[in-house]
Amino acid sequence: MNKTANLPPKPVWKCGKCGGELKHGTVKITYLGNDLRVEELKCLNCGLVLITEELALGKMFEVEQSLEDK
Amino acid sequence: MVTHRANIYKEVGAAMDQVELRRLESKCSQENPPACTAGCPIHVDVRKLMLAIQNQDWKSAASILQQKQPFPGIISRICDHPCEDVCKRKDVGATVAISNLERFCLENHAPKIATVGAVPPKSQTVAVVGSGLRGLTTAYDLARKGYIVTLFEKSDRLGGNLWKHPEQQLPAQVIANELSVLNRPNVTIESNTVITRQDLSQLKERFDALYIGFAAQSEDALELLGENSTVDPISCTTPIAGVFAGGQLGNNSPINAVADGRRGAVSIDRYLQGASLTASRDREGAFESKLFVNVNKIPSLPAVPMSHESGGYTGEEAVREAGRCLNCQCLECVKACKYLESYGGYPKKYLREIYNNESIVMGTRHANKMINSCTQCGLCAEVCPNDLDMGQVCLASRESMVRRGKMPPSAHDFALRDMAFSNSEQFALTRHQPGFNSSKYVFFPGCQLSGSSPEHVEKVYAYLTEQLAGGVGLMLRCCGAPAHWGGNQGQFQTSFEEMVAEWESLGKPQLIVACSTCHSMFREKLPGVVSLWELIKDMDLPIQGAGANYGKVAVQDPCTTRYEQGIHEAVRHILLRLGCEIEELPYSKELTKCCGFGGLTAFANPGLAQQIVENRIKESTADYVAYCAMCRDRFAAHGKRTLHLLDLIFADDLQNAATRPDSGFSQRHEHRARLKRTLLHKFWQTPQERERGYRTIKIICNEEISKLMEERLILIEDVQQVIEHAEGTGSKFINPDNGNYLAYFRPARVTYWVEYQPQEDGFVVLNAYSHRMEIVEEVKP
Repeated sequence: MNKTANLPPKPVWKCGKCGGELKHGTVKITYLGNDLRVEELKCLNCGLVLITEELALGKMFEVEQSLEDK
Repeated sequence: MVTHRANIYKEVGAAMDQVELRRLESKCSQENPPACTAGCPIHVDVRKLMLAIQNQDWKSAASILQQKQPFPGIISRICDHPCEDVCKRKDVGATVAISNLERFCLENHAPKIATVGAVPPKSQTVAVVGSGLRGLTTAYDLARKGYIVTLFEKSDRLGGNLWKHPEQQLPAQVIANELSVLNRPNVTIESNTVITRQDLSQLKERFDALYIGFAAQSEDALELLGENSTVDPISCTTPIAGVFAGGQLGNNSPINAVADGRRGAVSIDRYLQGASLTASRDREGAFESKLFVNVNKIPSLPAVPMSHESGGYTGEEAVREAGRCLNCQCLECVKACKYLESYGGYPKKYLREIYNNESIVMGTRHANKMINSCTQCGLCAEVCPNDLDMGQVCLASRESMVRRGKMPPSAHDFALRDMAFSNSEQFALTRHQPGFNSSKYVFFPGCQLSGSSPEHVEKVYAYLTEQLAGGVGLMLRCCGAPAHWGGNQGQFQTSFEEMVAEWESLGKPQLIVACSTCHSMFREKLPGVVSLWELIKDMDLPIQGAGANYGKVAVQDPCTTRYEQGIHEAVRHILLRLGCEIEELPYSKELTKCCGFGGLTAFANPGLAQQIVENRIKESTADYVAYCAMCRDRFAAHGKRTLHLLDLIFADDLQNAATRPDSGFSQRHEHRARLKRTLLHKFWQTPQERERGYRTIKIICNEEISKLMEERLILIEDVQQVIEHAEGTGSKFINPDNGNYLAYFRPARVTYWVEYQPQEDGFVVLNAYSHRMEIVEEVKP
C-alpha cells in the first residue's frame, strides 16, 4: 500500500522573503464582520499566507457569497 | 406607456410592506384563472383538461373533471357551457368546443365512479329537500365533508328534472350510475316523501341545518317557504335561522344549478363550523377573469369539425380540437425579457420573493442575486397591460438593501470603484472653452464613450467649439448612474452634487450629453439638458467621406432612451442624412432592449448579461448602429458588427470601426486618463503630465491573461500595485522550479494575487485572481 497517497503534496511555493518552506498553520480570515480560523499554508517565520487560486475561486468564493447573503 | 417613475414603495428606499406588496401583486395578472375557468360557474380547470386531452392522458382528464364536477357523467352530457362564450380562441378562429371535448372524455374514457373517501365523520345532520341537480350537489358536497345527510325526494327516484333529458343525450343508466356516489353510509335517501310547510318546523328540530333545493321562485319553493322565500344571494340564508335555499341561479342552466347547490353546501358548512357566511365569496360562481391574454400574433385556427355529428368527436379529432386551446397565460413581460424568463417565474412570484427577501431578519436572502440581475430597462412596464415595472421594484429593493447594509459587496463594488475613478483627478475635468471666460454650452461626453472611443470625444469637442458660438465648456466625469443603478442613493447624491457644483462654476451652461444614460440621470434634474443627437441633427456634419452611404444598419436604441422620442427621431434623421438605410429591430424605440449593461447586470450576473446580449444581436443580420458606447462595445465583444453613430460621422475606416473589439476595463481607465491629458495639452496647452508611481510599472500580458483578468474584474493597475508591493517589501512567494513569483496585495476591499516573472524592464503576468475575504495575519517587515 502506498503510504504517501494520503499525504498532502509538497507545496510548490517557498517564502520569497526568507526562503523557508511553507507549513500548515492556523490563519485568521475575516469577511463582513465574520471571523474564521482555517488551516492554510504559510511561512511560520515571516507570516506570509498562501491562498491558492483553487481555494480563492472555490471554497473561499462560496463562503464569501453565502456570508454576503446572510 | 409609462412616462414617469412609478411611486414604488411610497418613498424610495423604504422596505416593501404588505400593502405595497398587494398593490404591486394586483398588477400582475398571471395567476388569475383563464377566462374559461372563471366563466365556468364551478371553475373546471379547462386549460389543464385541454392539455391532458392533447397528451391523451385520460386518467388526468377524468380526475380534472371529477375535482370540480359532482356527477361528471351527467354534467358533461347536459352542460350549457358558458365557458365557451368567453374562450379567447373565439377571436382567432372559433371558441374551443370544450363541452364536446368533455363529453368525449366521459363517453370514451369514463372514470370509475368516485368511491367514498376517508373523511372523518361529523356528528352534525343536514336535511336536503329536493333531488334535482341543486339538491344533489348540496347533498354530495356535504356528504363528502362527513356530515350526516338526509335527502328528501317527493317521487320514487332521485334526479328531478334530469329525467326530462332525452335518453340519447343522457341515458337513464348514466343517471343511475352517477348518482350511486350517494350510496354512502352518511347519506339517507327518503324518496316518496313530500315535505310541506308544516313539516318544516319538525325538520328544523331533527336536523342542524336544512337546504331547500328548489328552483328560484318555483311553486314548490313558494309553497314550502311562503313569506320566508326571500333568499340572500351570497349566503343562501332565508329569514329562518338554519334554513338555506337555492334558487338564485340556474332555472334554465344545469351548470348554474350545480353552482347554486354548491354555494348552499359552502354556506351550510360555514354555518355549522361557526365561520363567516359572507367573507371571501366573490369568486364563487362565474366571474370575469383579470388574466390578460394577448392574441394579436396568434394565427387563426378554425374549429375541428366532427366527422359524425351525432357520435361526437373521434379520438384523433378530440386531440386536434384540444390542441387549439391557447393555454391562456399573460407572461407578456416574461416573453420580452430574458431576465424575467431566466428565473422561471413571473412578476407576481418574484414580488413575493423580493418581499420575503426584505423581511428576513436572520438567515439567507435567496433573492439578492435575482434583485441585482435586472437591467432596470423598463421594457416589462412597457409591455405590461398594467404598467408593472419590475425594474423600479428591483431598484427600490436595492436601495433598501444598501440602506440596511445588506447589499452584497461583490455585486456592484467594481462598478462603483470605476465610477470613483472617473470622478477622481485621473479623469474629472471642468473647463471653459479655451479663450472664453464663460460658457453658453458645456459638453459632457460621459465616462463610457471616453473609455471606449476617446478619439471621438476629442473630435466632437473640436466640432462643437467650431459650430457653436458663445463658448462650449467641457466636463469630464461620470454621471453617477452606477451608484443609482446599484441602489446607492448616498453615493449618487454626493456625485451629483459635485457635478452640479462644477456645472454651476461654469455659470450653468446648457448641458450637451453624448450618452443616453447621462441624459437619463440629468433630464429630470437639470434644466435644458440636450442630447448631442438632437443638437447636431440639422447642423453641418463633418462627414469624413467614409460614413456616407454605408448601407443598411439596424438601430439599437439604448434602453435609457425608451421614451425619448426626440432622440429616436434625431438619430434616424442623422442616419438618413448620412445615406444609411435604416432597419428597425423587432424591439426598438419604446420597446427597445437593453444590451445587458444597464442596472449593472453585467457585474452582478455576467452569465445572464451574456445571454441578454446574445439574444439581442440575433434580432437582425444587418450591422448594428448604436449611440451608446456600452451597447456598441458589448455587441462587438460578442462578435456582432456594430458601429457607434459617431463612427459614421468621424471614423476614417468603418470596416475597422465595426469590428473594433470591446475596450475592456483596464483600457477604459487608460483611455479616460489619457483623454484628459491629451485634451488639456491640445486645447488648453497644459504640459503633458507623466504617469507616476506604480502606474509606470510595465506590465506584459498575453491575450489569454488579459481576457482572464477582464472576466475576473482585475485591472492592470491592480496588478501594478501587487507587484510594486511585492518588489518593494519582498513579501512574495517563489517557485524554485521555475523562478516564478506569487504575491498579494489588498489596496481596499479586494485582495489581488498575481503570479509573475520579471522580464527586462517589465513584468510578465502569468496568472491573476482575487478574493474578498481578508487575511488577518501580521507579516513581519
